[in-house]
Amino acid sequence: MTAAVPATELSIETTGLSKRFGHQLAVDGVDLAVPKGSVFGFLGPNGSGKTTTIRLMLGLAVPTGGSVRLLGEDMPRQLHGVLPRVGALVEGPAFYPFLSGAANLHRFDAADPHVPAATRKARVRSALERVGLTHAADKKVRAYSLGMKQRLGIANALLAPRDLLILDEPTNGLDPQGTREVRSLVRSLAADGATVFVSSHLLAEVEQICTHAAIMSAGRLVAQGTLEELRQGGQARIRVVTPDAGTAAEVLSRLGLSAATSPGGAAPGGGGVLYAPLPGAAGNGEAAPEAVVAALVAAGVRVRGFAIEQVSLEDRFVALTGEGFDVVQ
Amino acid sequence: MLCALAAIPILIAVAVRLSSSVPPGRGPAFLDRITQNGLFVGVTAMLVSVPLFLPLTVGVVAGDTVAGEAGLGTLRYLLVAPAGRVRLLLVKYAGAVAFAVAAPLVVALVGAGIGAALFPVGPVTLLSGDSIGAAEALQRLLLIAAYLAVSLMGLSAIGLFMSTLTDVPVGAMASTVVLSVVSQVLDALPQLEWLHPWLFSHYWLDFADLLRQPIAWESFLTNALLQGGYVAVFGALAYGRFVTKDVLS
Repeated sequence: MTAAVPATELSIETTGLSKRFGHQLAVDGVDLAVPKGSVFGFLGPNGSGKTTTIRLMLGLAVPTGGSVRLLGEDMPRQLHGVLPRVGALVEGPAFYPFLSGAANLHRFDAADPHVPAATRKARVRSALERVGLTHAADKKVRAYSLGMKQRLGIANALLAPRDLLILDEPTNGLDPQGTREVRSLVRSLAADGATVFVSSHLLAEVEQICTHAAIMSAGRLVAQGTLEELRQGGQARIRVVTPDAGTAAEVLSRLGLSAATSPGGAAPGGGGVLYAPLPGAAGNGEAAPEAVVAALVAAGVRVRGFAIEQVSLEDRFVALTGEGFDVVQ
Repeated sequence: MLCALAAIPILIAVAVRLSSSVPPGRGPAFLDRITQNGLFVGVTAMLVSVPLFLPLTVGVVAGDTVAGEAGLGTLRYLLVAPAGRVRLLLVKYAGAVAFAVAAPLVVALVGAGIGAALFPVGPVTLLSGDSIGAAEALQRLLLIAAYLAVSLMGLSAIGLFMSTLTDVPVGAMASTVVLSVVSQVLDALPQLEWLHPWLFSHYWLDFADLLRQPIAWESFLTNALLQGGYVAVFGALAYGRFVTKDVLS
């Protein structure tokens, strides 16, 4: 969890946020703290309550319990004061298919009574330019590809200068070039001082652009903090490649390490692969990596490979939310 | 949809023009008068479209207001803009009202136009026996269109409320149209006479008073009062529903 940050420096703060649909608790006591100026990755498997949380933040749905503060203001009470400063992409883009891309943006912009109509044309043009859609501005949205709609959705979030951007799955449906562009767009927005809240299930993406992240599972917030803090939450492990797997396992267990053979089976060259969690960050004592190697060699184990593996965000994610299709529902 | 409505008077005028003669007393009221005076095309067309065509088109437009946005998914972006829920509802109702005004007006004007093109136009004998010139007759025609527009306000409000209940626009449209039919069926059952003055469709056809000299405004006012009541009740229901609604589409 993050160190206590003064409330004024949080762009998004939820306390005990809950939402119940019938019998199902879609969001269950979520306490998010998104620091101002951060690029915040909001992770979770499909159906873990990410989009519902975003809807609650934006005042689209009323929480069953708990509260939301956006940019230091209470939601949904201060909705009209806050939302003009917030750009959002919620659960995929949605447009009027019979209107052109530019006309769609005009319409959404006109829906906000707080922005000046005089600058509308220029703002629509620059938003389209920012997502690389200038050439398709006058094309009907019906004829747009999924990626183009996604970009138009992002352009809609950028129609006015924003202090906070809430982007739900912004790279969904984009090709690798589009994904890269969105990444650089998010970086440039953050460089301009905006807080960017990105929900995603693409971990690699979050690792590349985010400074902070939170992980949702089955409606609960299971972890949040800076990326570094999240990675440290997991344990590093040692990896031993040896043909004498049996002896090596004995040695390791004598050292107090619970070794496990790799699920992948034999390593190339006929050796076995053993994994063991590396206890503690303290590099001293019996279980220090170098001491482990010495003990293995002393016992006559032919060590072909030895490595300390740091947990990736993905390992951490899977550890927190479940393996394969057995994701906690 | 306005084009479909415009087709009604055209169809009537062409059909009457092509048939040799219309036996008096058969078909919709005023039909036999068309050959003598083209302005009656407008009156006949409005009379014909009151039971189904006008409520149908108004039901489609009013039912689509909120549910259509929800179905497209654009409702969430309008609210996040933020459009404001009350403001959005008012704008949507204003749109439905604009259509309810335009629909009978199109029928009346296209009817008068095609009537003037295909038949002679002259002084009109009113129900009270007085005779008025063609210009004044056109005014009466517009007055009837206004009467119908007012008549459709209640239905528009019902459609708006239905539209806040669902994310499927077709559902809201269908239930609004069905309600207008149910109201008319109930209005036709003599056993339910106590209920009749409260049905929103009860005064829909009572615009004959506007064809007297001097004009009897009574039915116009009663109708306006009833429609105002429906707008108030269903407007409040729509407000209550929409302001607290979780937008999950």
